[in-house]
Amino acid sequence: MPSSQLLRSRPAVGWALLASELSVLFRRRRTWAMLLALAAVPILIALAVRLSSATPPPGRGPAFLDQITQNGLFVGAVGLIVCVPLFLPLTVGVVAGDTIAGEASAGTLRYLLVAPAGRVRLLLVKFAAAVVFCVAATLAVAVAGAAIGIALFPVGPVTLLSGDTISVGESLLRSLLVAAYISVSLIGLSAIGLFISTLTDVPVGAMASTIVLAVVSQVLDSLPQLDWLHPWLFSHYWLGFGDLLRQPISWDSFGNNAILQAAYVLVFAALAYGRFSSKDILS
Amino acid sequence: MTGDAASGEPAIETHGLTKRFGSYAAVNGIDLTVPRGAVFGFLGPNGSGKTTTIRMLLGLAVPTSGTVRLLGHDMSGDLRDVLPRVGALVEGPGFYPYLSGAANLNRLDTADRYAPSATRRARVDSALERVGLGHAARKKVHAYSLGMKQRLGIANALLTPRELLVLDEPTNGLDPQGTREVRSLVRSLAAEGTTVFVSSHLLAEIEQICTHAAVMSVGNLVAQGTLDELRRVGQPQVRVLTPDPDAAARVFERLGLSPASVDDSDGTAAAATVTAPLNDELTDPDSIVAALVSDGVRVRGFSIERASLEDRFVALTGEGFDIAQ
Repeated sequence: MPSSQLLRSRPAVGWALLASELSVLFRRRRTWAMLLALAAVPILIALAVRLSSATPPPGRGPAFLDQITQNGLFVGAVGLIVCVPLFLPLTVGVVAGDTIAGEASAGTLRYLLVAPAGRVRLLLVKFAAAVVFCVAATLAVAVAGAAIGIALFPVGPVTLLSGDTISVGESLLRSLLVAAYISVSLIGLSAIGLFISTLTDVPVGAMASTIVLAVVSQVLDSLPQLDWLHPWLFSHYWLGFGDLLRQPISWDSFGNNAILQAAYVLVFAALAYGRFSSKDILS
Repeated sequence: MTGDAASGEPAIETHGLTKRFGSYAAVNGIDLTVPRGAVFGFLGPNGSGKTTTIRMLLGLAVPTSGTVRLLGHDMSGDLRDVLPRVGALVEGPGFYPYLSGAANLNRLDTADRYAPSATRRARVDSALERVGLGHAARKKVHAYSLGMKQRLGIANALLTPRELLVLDEPTNGLDPQGTREVRSLVRSLAAEGTTVFVSSHLLAEIEQICTHAAVMSVGNLVAQGTLDELRRVGQPQVRVLTPDPDAAARVFERLGLSPASVDDSDGTAAAATVTAPLNDELTDPDSIVAALVSDGVRVRGFSIERASLEDRFVALTGEGFDIAQ
């Protein structure tokens, strides 16, 4: 029988499912709408600064805002600083919260599992796709910011926080480094979203809970009374990429952030596995 | 029949399969045996536990107790090796509305690690052709009608050659032509040696295509066997269409066929139907007609009818809306 022959052939590693997951994610209009909205943030900032006659006074508004008129390369950085607290977590929450719950509510989860995708494999693929989205979302802001900055403002060597000056080429590299830092920052939140998504068949609920958690974590991080808790909050290092804008680069906050995010991934991936591997799929 | 059939392992075998939600037993210790090569009708009113059973068969839900063996493998461990040989339609189709029919099948096919990617495109196209969706392959699923989605669901079950097909309510939402196509599809798949497990609350469908059936009621398996075995349980009835119902009833009583009942509700006053239960051993059916004719009873029609599967179904599961819950 042909199907028996099929079985005798070794199973594929299964990259096809990841490729398919990414193509489904990036074929959705919602995904592109979110990426465009993110890209619009630095563009709006740049336009606002360009069109207003007054130079933004130093010390007000987001960091680096006053430097934009002298050097367009700062637009990307300003855009990221504006997006980190809410817009980026919002889009990541939507994607991560949708991972399992979205499939459940569409009725496709049971067909994926009967195919069989394998529950662990499906979780891994879903998480990988969410991480890819974190990178895409951050890049959308950074790249749109760099492009609009170069288009509207003069571009020149950049003065770092340490007072050193670096070339345009290196400053673009530093922007990518900052984007990488922020992408890593969002991975812990993706793992939390993935776990919440295994708890429900209602994707909107999982998305909202994930986003609320991102906000709560930042609120707690701003209360000095909870000092002891701060290093454990997944949002604690979100804006700590200043170290990457010094000469020489200090990797401390990058390392601390990466370790913290990895810990969140371990804990919430384990919780998601514990929940999903034994869950009755009744959707 | 396949080589596997010779091994004698049933396609589906459950022992004491139970699923409880809290204190409520949705499925209560059922022993189901589906022989290889059978077209097995899984009957029961809505809410009788059919879909829950199917979810457990496919490893979507974990049984509270009991075992499931599919194609000779225990489903608690060998899920990954068995499921590629099983095609399924579970509780209606589920697809990504923003993808085309073909893209949806592609997506689900990538989830199966045993499905060769080299032939994916061709297999998707032929599955779509097989259910008559070739023309709509590139259309987005949100533009599909309910019947088209149902067909797409069946196409998904046919992406690779399967040894067992589990089809939960496959004709839901289909028009009469679609229903007939599904029936002929099931027949042709069965002819190729695939075991087909079809659940339905519509008896007419099952009766026409199945070789075996089982009946669920309130979580219990109340009957199981070949279609003939199920029908045989009920007592056959003698039925005579005659303009002389009273005379016919007297003949019936003389022959020991009682109680005879007269039904002239056909609207035609000219003839009525006289019915009586037939006791197999006592009476030779041929002699009944002879006795009627020799008594001058005009016989317009004579038949011996076994209980239809529907009578049997209603007897087993209760009638109307007061189905036990």
